[in-house]
Parts: sequence; C-alpha cells; structure tokens
Amino acid sequence: MKEIRYIWAINEAIKEEMERDDKVVLIGEDVGTPGGSFGASRGLYDLFGPERIFDTPISEAAITGLAAGAAACGLRPIVEIMFMDFMTICMDGIVNQIAKMRYMFGSQFKVPVVIRTPSGGGLNAGPQHSQSLEAWFAHVPGLKVVMPATPYDVKGLLKSAIRDDNPIVFIEHKALHALKGSIPEKEYRVPIGKADIKKEGTDVTVVAVSKMVHESLKASEILAQDGINIEVIDLLTISPWDRETIFGSVAKTHRLVIAHEAVKNFGVGAEISAAVSEEILDELDAPIMRVGAPFVPIPFSLEKAYLPNADQIVAAVKKTMERTF
Amino acid sequence: MRKPGKKKLIQIYKKMVTIRKVEEKLMEVFSTGEIPGFIHVCIGQEATPVAVCSWLKDSDYMSTTHRGHGHALAKGIDLNLFMAELFGKSAGYCRGRSGSMHIADPKTGILGANGIVGGGIPIATGAAFASQYKKSGQVTVCFFGEGATNEGTFHESLNIASIRKLPIVYVCENNGWAEFTPQKTHMPIKKVADRARAYDMPGAVVPNDILKIYEKAGEAVERARKGQGPTLLEIKSTRWHGHFVGDAQKYRLEKEVAAAKKKDCIADFEKKLLKDKTLRKAEIKKIADMVNQRIEGAVDFARKSPLPDQSELMDDLYV
Repeated sequence: MKEIRYIWAINEAIKEEMERDDKVVLIGEDVGTPGGSFGASRGLYDLFGPERIFDTPISEAAITGLAAGAAACGLRPIVEIMFMDFMTICMDGIVNQIAKMRYMFGSQFKVPVVIRTPSGGGLNAGPQHSQSLEAWFAHVPGLKVVMPATPYDVKGLLKSAIRDDNPIVFIEHKALHALKGSIPEKEYRVPIGKADIKKEGTDVTVVAVSKMVHESLKASEILAQDGINIEVIDLLTISPWDRETIFGSVAKTHRLVIAHEAVKNFGVGAEISAAVSEEILDELDAPIMRVGAPFVPIPFSLEKAYLPNADQIVAAVKKTMERTF
Repeated sequence: MRKPGKKKLIQIYKKMVTIRKVEEKLMEVFSTGEIPGFIHVCIGQEATPVAVCSWLKDSDYMSTTHRGHGHALAKGIDLNLFMAELFGKSAGYCRGRSGSMHIADPKTGILGANGIVGGGIPIATGAAFASQYKKSGQVTVCFFGEGATNEGTFHESLNIASIRKLPIVYVCENNGWAEFTPQKTHMPIKKVADRARAYDMPGAVVPNDILKIYEKAGEAVERARKGQGPTLLEIKSTRWHGHFVGDAQKYRLEKEVAAAKKKDCIADFEKKLLKDKTLRKAEIKKIADMVNQRIEGAVDFARKSPLPDQSELMDDLYV
C-alpha cells in the first residue's frame, strides 16, 4: 500500500489507462502543459504528447460533441470539464448526443466517453463554481454517473470508467482533491454500480454521496458517544445505483438517512427514498430522513452555513430514532 | 481536371433523380399518415449531397441534419433499410428507433442525422479528430444549413478544426430559410462562407449547380485528405417546400417560392446532359422508370416489415 492524494490518484488512473490503451485520449481546457486546472493531468503532456493530450479552446459545447464523434469512430475519450457548473454549457453534447447515440441508432454504436468534472463547495468559489449537479445526469437514460469520495475509490472507479463501453459522468469533489488515503501499489479497479459499506452498523443506515461520506463517518463517531451505531454506505455510483446493498442494509437497520451535498429538492435522496418506500416500506421502523443543501444558490460568504455537514447528519439520525412508527 | 466522365455524369444524375423521387414519395406516404411524426424534405437541394458525396469512400465519415435524406442516400445508404427506418419498422437501420431525423449507418460512415440544429457539427469534428489521430486517411463531411452557423457549436468546431488542421469539409447548404425566418433577419452578412476567414480556413460560395459543386467539393476533399485542413463551402441552394412536410409556408411570398422552384438543379443538369448528348430523352425516361421501380420496391419492403416488438423497448440502452 502507498499513501496518495485524491488528485494524484486521478492522475495515476489516467496515466495507467493511457499506457495500456492507445485509444484513450484526454480532451479539455488547460489539460496540456499546464497539467489541468487542478493538476489532474500533470506530467501527462510530456508522456503522451499533443495528439493524445488535446488541450482545447474554451469551448465546452464543442468538446463534448467532439468526444461523441471521436468515440463513435473508435477512440475512448476522457473529457475534463474544469468545473461541474460548466457542464450546463455542454448539455446538448451530453444529453442529446452522447447519452442517446447507442439506443437511438439501434445499438449500432458504442460511445465510450468519460466526462470527468470536479463538483462541490468548500473552496469559497461562489454560486457558479461550487454546484453538485449529479441529479441532472442521473435523470438521463444512457448515462452512468459515478461520484467517488476517497483516493482508493477515485482511482479504481476511474479505471473502470475508462474501460466501460458506456458514457460515464465521473464527478470528483474538488474539496477532496488534497485528501490523502492509501491505495495498493499494484493495479486494481473498483466496479461501477456497487456501493461500498464504509462502516458497518446496526441502528440506522446512512447512504452518503461524495464528500458526505466523510461527514457521515464523522457523524458516526459523534453518535457512538450516545451509543448509536450507524452503518455508512458510500453510494459511489449514482446511476445505476446499488439497490441490493442499500435494501439489504435497510432490512437490517430498519432506518434510513440519505446525505448529499446537492440541494435536497429533487435530489438523489428523493430517488432512493422513493424506491425504498415503493419496494421495502414494510422494513422501515421510522420515516426516511434526507440531508441536503438548502434550495438556494451557493453564496460566496455564507458557504459554511449552506453546506450540509456531520451535525446535520447527526440530527437526522437522531430524528429517525425518535420518530419510530 | 475535376470534370466527371460520362459514366460518372450518369451516375450523378441517377442519384439526384433518386433523391428527388424518394422525397416526393415520402411526401405522398407521409400525407396519408403511414409515416408518423415529422419529415423534412430536401427537394431543390439535391445537387449538394450528390456532388459532395461523389468524392467520398464508404469509409469516409459524414454527419447530416434533420433535412438529411439526400445526404444519406448520396452517401450510399440502402434504400430498403432506409425506407423501413422511416416507416419505424424493425428492419430499419436503427430498429425503428430513429425515424427520419436520426438515421445512422456506420457501414457507410453515416454518423447520424441530428434533430438538434448544429448538434452534428462537433460530432463530425470529433470523427475527423479520430481519423487524424489514427492516420487512417479518412475524410469527414459535415452538412448543415445556414441557420446552424448561428449556433455556438459551429464557431467552436471550426476554430478547433482549423487549429488542429482536421481532415474535414464543412458544407453549409444555404437555402435562405432558417425554419420560418429568412437569412437577413438572423445574419448581418450575405455570405456564410465569409465566416471561414475568422478561422483562417478557405471559404467558398458555390451556386446550386451540380458541376460547380462537384469541382469545389473535390478540391476541399482533396485538401482534407492531404492533411491541409478544413474548408467551409457554402452552397446557395433553394428550399422548395416548407420547413417540414405540411408546413404551408405562409411566411413566404408566393413569388419567392415560385422563383425558388424555377432554380431546379436537376432540370438544369438534365438540359446539359441532353445538349451534350450524354443522355437521350429515352434514356432519361428509362432512368426515371427504374428509379420509380426501386422506390416502389423499398416502400413495399417497408410496409411488409414488422413494427418493433414492445418487448424491445428496454433493449440495449447500455452495452
């Protein structure tokens, strides 16, 4: 095992996959000699050259469409969209083209595109550089949506994403870029579509997304002082999400809290909550609680007040303990 | 140097006639309700797809638009499977999932018609990037209308293609109408080809004359194939009918429509072929009969094909 930061785990995954398969190319703004806005492609330009590390103009709409065409013609592009907020500029490329090309054209094409993008708050970057828009993409048939929270998972999932023949929106968390964690020296991959139980517990299931995994683990320590033992599940893949693991955990704890940094309204929590209610309502001993951001843009100065945290998860867990049917 | 020989001239003529007659047949069957949804026909614009695609191999790529039947037929799509797709049948190219507006065939390099104006331009640019990367010698042709040149994707894509000297030919069919609105309402310039200058690539305006388009397209395809980069061609074509079939074109003056119909690229070409004795009247009639017969056969094939089974609804969303 070795210690590595989340951002360098991303860098290693791209490098290893580019060494393995010469069809893999990296496309994005500042990905060339600057090494990416957050450093994810540092050193790759020197290794792979301008043909494979395609440093593009600031043209998000064109580069996602371009990736669709390149993928349909045999390449395996990784597109870096510098901030998730800028994904709004490439919605046609992603939603109307990339996501639909396989189904709409009668399964004649494979579209192996990975769109990597850092999301989330914590850097005081303000309303247009801090959003978590995963629910938008999880709502689109044809896409897979992945949101890893640790160096181990980000590397293993990115390698799986690059080898997947389906289009994948790969959402990193920019406030986790500096996070250190241990990963194997040897090659490994983490499967798409599988959640990971980060801490086993018996009293309440907490399904957490991205940075909320760490907040949930903090909450677990606080709750332990009150004798409450929560199970923390890292969702990892937002779409298609791992029903089996979550339903299994709910069947054990009979209580469910879902935590994500995106606004609560119409979020991933709503989907999971609805599916649990539809399919295993009889397993629940209390109402499902959701933790998410308030329904406002992310303010520059009040970011701390905006972002969901461990205290809110603690409160939600306690509430579900109190509100037994 | 780029003059087509007799055999090629006849081949070009047959293709133009095929496109015209397919579109006329589609208008007929669409109006009876046999084809649901929307279709957009390219009657009046047949010269461009045929002239440009004459320079392409099956392995070359092409992207097209909502008004894309002519491009697909010129690139070599099978008429029976094409017709089955338009009828929404399971024998169609896309298993009845695309209909008219999204037809695609990787075997002939057709990367898809596109329901989004300007949506195909970056896709074609990506295909050109892939073939440049693979050093495969393939050329991509990207068709769109003048309306699409007001989309951001047009400007972003041409800029990228020029920076990377991608092997692509951008073909703007300027029929003067972006859906229901004339060019002058949307554009301060008269020549779309002038936009090429902003991206440091050659741009040329070509009249709706098959041989002139053939010549200019030949130069542009050759330039792309030699690795010299992209070209923007603007063909001054005409749209005889509405934006979609059923559009009564109340926004157009009758005399303007009549003038458009007078500019008939097929009739002009036919006159020329008769004058220089490439074809005789009897041969023209024979071609028309043969084309009609093929189209009837394709419609018959489409009619007899089954609709996709409901059980296929969820198939193959993911690999």
